[in-house]
Amino acid sequence: MRRVVITGAGTINPLGYAVGATHAAMRQGHCAIGPLDIPDLDRLQIQIGAQVRDYDPTDHFTKSQLSLYDRFTQFALIAADQALRQAGQAVVDPDRAGVVMGTSGGGLTTQDDSYRAVYQDGKDRVHPFVVPRLMANAAASHMSMTHGLRGPNFTISTACASSNHAMGQALAVIRSGQADVMLTGGAEAMLCFGGIKAWEGLRVMARDTCRPFSADRTGMVQGEGAAVFVFEEREKALARGAHILAEVAGFSATSDAGDIVSPDCDGAVRAMCGALRDAGLTPADIGYINAHGTGTAMNDRTECAAVRKVFGVSADDVLISSTKSMHGHLIGAAGAVELLACLLALNDGIIAPTVNHRIADPDCALDIVANTARTAKVDAVLSNAFAFGGLNAVLALTRA
Amino acid sequence: MTISDRVIRILADHALLDTSDVTMDDTLESLGLDSMGLVETIFAIEEAFDITVPFNANAPQDSAFDVSSVRSIVAAVEDLMKQQA
Repeated sequence: MRRVVITGAGTINPLGYAVGATHAAMRQGHCAIGPLDIPDLDRLQIQIGAQVRDYDPTDHFTKSQLSLYDRFTQFALIAADQALRQAGQAVVDPDRAGVVMGTSGGGLTTQDDSYRAVYQDGKDRVHPFVVPRLMANAAASHMSMTHGLRGPNFTISTACASSNHAMGQALAVIRSGQADVMLTGGAEAMLCFGGIKAWEGLRVMARDTCRPFSADRTGMVQGEGAAVFVFEEREKALARGAHILAEVAGFSATSDAGDIVSPDCDGAVRAMCGALRDAGLTPADIGYINAHGTGTAMNDRTECAAVRKVFGVSADDVLISSTKSMHGHLIGAAGAVELLACLLALNDGIIAPTVNHRIADPDCALDIVANTARTAKVDAVLSNAFAFGGLNAVLALTRA
Repeated sequence: MTISDRVIRILADHALLDTSDVTMDDTLESLGLDSMGLVETIFAIEEAFDITVPFNANAPQDSAFDVSSVRSIVAAVEDLMKQQA
């Protein structure tokens, strides 16, 4: 079977405008959650989030580009550009290079602005490019156009598992021989009035900050941003002497077929076991798990129970952290940004911490790397994503 | 209609029961309302009484809004209406 490696990574997220800055923030245990700065904040009960701060689109794009790029597309293009630059000459045959991106909301900011214009401001006209801006595949399509990637291109929307599903599909596309190189990851820009108002309704949002696995947690906090990776067929990457960041060793996706919002332990167990099996690994091989770790009581307890079930006695040895405590929940881009923490563990031996942790929860009795980063030699990792809708997607990475 | 009559009607609607089947001593469990049913019920209460109910589904027991029985919910709504009048 063809093997797949990562040869480039790029990001813009609340922790930094590049991979290096993001890794530095993760080492320091920096929390990017703070007061939101968006229009109509006074009408929201949720006042906090992890925004990409001090971001000026005109620093990155021309006016004519920006008339076509929603905020989530901008984030995706910035991350893709960094990833391709790091990968070097990965794209030899553009017909054999494609894109698969994850996003949950797509061009939600464009929708929000346009609805405000017609419903609230009473305007009878919206910008002519509303449709191409808001469509969920806009980011992936602009990535293909910007870099001339003419192979398979599609977008996956599976709520909080979108980018893990996307990267799993990129792996499958290369393994099956449909392409040799895939740009993949996720992008999300949901921190607009409507995006937050909708989440507010579920009453699972934290008022203070995000405290995964802490007994005093009050819920999740939204983030925004993107991370994009260059996935490349291993032999071709080796032949051109590319620097390999990690091998994408396995992937598994399962459905709870249960509740539309409540997670199910068995679905998570089957996804983790499937990823291990696909990678030819055993639980004892795994040194680090990047948890889904939303900071809701329901997720955290179910996820910890699932890890204990999969790992058995070695559950006490594996390190597990939720970096959502630092960069917030990036929804459709969550798994992509969290894969950066996996690369940090594999390549630098640094385990990004679960910050804001105050009180141990007996239902989350695992080594959750509380508050301070730790050093550990890690050869293989899992990255979990468990979405509303009962959709679970787990990636397994190994050190190159 | 009194506040308790209106709250009972909302609870009955969401529990798919007749209002005569709902007593002040009923609990969410005895009414068959799960966590999603509760979140919808609270939304309906907010809309009906034009109040904001402080309730976090992550930690229902820690919320200022006591949902342990129909009686406690009615009392909490009465309190909120006084506070937010």
